[in-house]
Amino acid sequence: MQTVFSIAIDALAYGMVLFVISIGLSVTMGLMRVVNLAHGAFAMIGGYIASYVARDLGMGYAVAVIAAVVITIIIAIPIERLLYRRIYGQPELTQVLMTIGITFCIIGIANYVMGPTLKTIPLAGPLQGTADLGFRTISIHRLFAIVCGLVVALGLWFAIEKTSFGVKLRASVDNAAMAAALGVRTEIVYAVSFAVAVGLAAFGGVVGAELLPVEPYYALRYMVTFLVVVSVGGAGSIPGALIACLVLGAVDTTGRYLMPEFGEFFFYLAVIAIICVFPRGFAGRAK
Amino acid sequence: MKKIILSTLAALALSSTAYADVIKVGVVGPFSGPFALQGKNFKAGIDAYMALNGNKVGNDTVEIIYRDVPAADPAQSKALGQELIVKEKVQYLAGFYFTPDAMAVTPILKQGNVPMVVMNAATSAIMNTSPFVVRTSFTTWQTSTPIAKVAFDAGVKKVITVVSDYGPGVDAENAFKAGFTKAGGEVVQAIRMPLSTNDFSPIMQRIKDSGAQGVFAFLPSGPTTLGFVKAYNDNGLKASGVKFFAPGDLTQESDLPALGDAALGIQTSFHYAVSHDSPENKKFTEAAIKAIGNKAELSFPAVGAYDGMHVIYKMIEATGGKQDAQKAVDAVKGLSWVSPRGPVSIDPESRHITQNIYLREVAKAADGTYINKEVQTFEKQGDPGLAAAK
Repeated sequence: MQTVFSIAIDALAYGMVLFVISIGLSVTMGLMRVVNLAHGAFAMIGGYIASYVARDLGMGYAVAVIAAVVITIIIAIPIERLLYRRIYGQPELTQVLMTIGITFCIIGIANYVMGPTLKTIPLAGPLQGTADLGFRTISIHRLFAIVCGLVVALGLWFAIEKTSFGVKLRASVDNAAMAAALGVRTEIVYAVSFAVAVGLAAFGGVVGAELLPVEPYYALRYMVTFLVVVSVGGAGSIPGALIACLVLGAVDTTGRYLMPEFGEFFFYLAVIAIICVFPRGFAGRAK
Repeated sequence: MKKIILSTLAALALSSTAYADVIKVGVVGPFSGPFALQGKNFKAGIDAYMALNGNKVGNDTVEIIYRDVPAADPAQSKALGQELIVKEKVQYLAGFYFTPDAMAVTPILKQGNVPMVVMNAATSAIMNTSPFVVRTSFTTWQTSTPIAKVAFDAGVKKVITVVSDYGPGVDAENAFKAGFTKAGGEVVQAIRMPLSTNDFSPIMQRIKDSGAQGVFAFLPSGPTTLGFVKAYNDNGLKASGVKFFAPGDLTQESDLPALGDAALGIQTSFHYAVSHDSPENKKFTEAAIKAIGNKAELSFPAVGAYDGMHVIYKMIEATGGKQDAQKAVDAVKGLSWVSPRGPVSIDPESRHITQNIYLREVAKAADGTYINKEVQTFEKQGDPGLAAAK
């Protein structure tokens, strides 16, 4: 029984970390209809900045998180202006080629500037160490990641479903020309949502760094995992992504406990099964 | 007739004089991509050797030609090996970070009349594929066997092995198992996990449930190591007294700053620690750090490359700069010298390096950096892997 609880907790923690990192991609792919393969690259930039601020400049973890999000967005703005704006509404293949190119450029630059070694982000004092749950110990950072996941999920859901910006965003996504005709500044709406998505990527990169350490190939190494989460959850759906992460986290963790030699077999088996039953993901909408 | 004799004599005289030649050495390794750091270490070791010993052997100038195989890719490795031999006319091939890459090239050595000096690839079987291979690195068997004895002597009788599911991981598992059961211990469970594992918490739970007193782990150096060691600490295994044993790949110097305090006290066995205390190593690290540019990036592939160059220089010396693979390899059989890692020799039979294996403990140096501190020496260790394969 203890083992079952223990695995459940691990699954929850892993699922939430996945969620925090992948949700930004869900926003770009679902709401902005851009297949952004450079998502991992932005998460990596966030991780590098946080590492630099916290480790090399010696500032706190909170400062590092904020700096990572803000600076990554600042870096992303010219990229959005000059590159992404051209591929909105283009065929997927064009988007894939463009964003994978951006990813390789960022990998090269990161490798050159920061070096090929692993970078860690020193945690704030209260987040270090482990918490005793009675039947097992878990690192406090994992609990922090779970909380972050919940906060992000709630915040995004609220912003998209309940605010006037969310209404404009959904309108622009469904019919850009009509939304523009009704006075919605679609360009600004897109720019803001892109910034939010990139900020979330950076935030996820920092929070998830304990599990997915920051190094130059981060951007490609975990790309498949992010894409799987988005396609299983249904692009653009916050609850869908959340369910997908929890289910995949549970399947992966249990599979790894029971039969580690099968590797990611169960993970991808679950993905195939889910996609067969829900071709657009758990909460995907028909186009 | 006279003319012919004269010209023959002239030709003979010409060819036998030792006139200056450029001897090309082709080095294949990962110089870009996820393993670029290891390739960079190859280069640093080679540069260090040439900086200390000059680029001339006798009258001949040694020239290095680098070729890049970013990840284990036998087809590309073979193509590049062929290109180096046929087009660049190299007399020696060297480098090779991954076993499959080395194995792909060994079949063409004989025809090309080119010896190969393996500077890293650590599977025992490579040596059997061609008589023209010499290795100056280590094998996973060689580094993993002594730690089994260490574990047993530390009072651990039940061990669980956890390895990445690929060639060297399986080698490490077998080596440890062989050594540990021979000493009288018991391996209660053997887990093989996929290379792409990110979250090790479930594995830690398995370790906990298995009731083992110690865990033997092997993962390739790099990002996964960090997650594994962190998970070991965070899931309370360290606190509950489950001891951790591993070969030194896990605590590669370039990963240590990232591992930080989490790795303190971990015992690993390996053939080389950058902190090794000897005049040879001091000279080597000074030159290699200069070549690589950043002390934190220097680790074991550099010493394999450094000693590989030593072997190649000896081969050039023995053959007088002429291309003769058999003579070159024969010349270094039994060769012994003092390497930065300690006294080493080339085993005449297996052509693999015989060397000391050190038990090291991750510790904090006086200047606050983390080092692998050598605590025990196992002298003159050969490669038990070849014997086991027979």
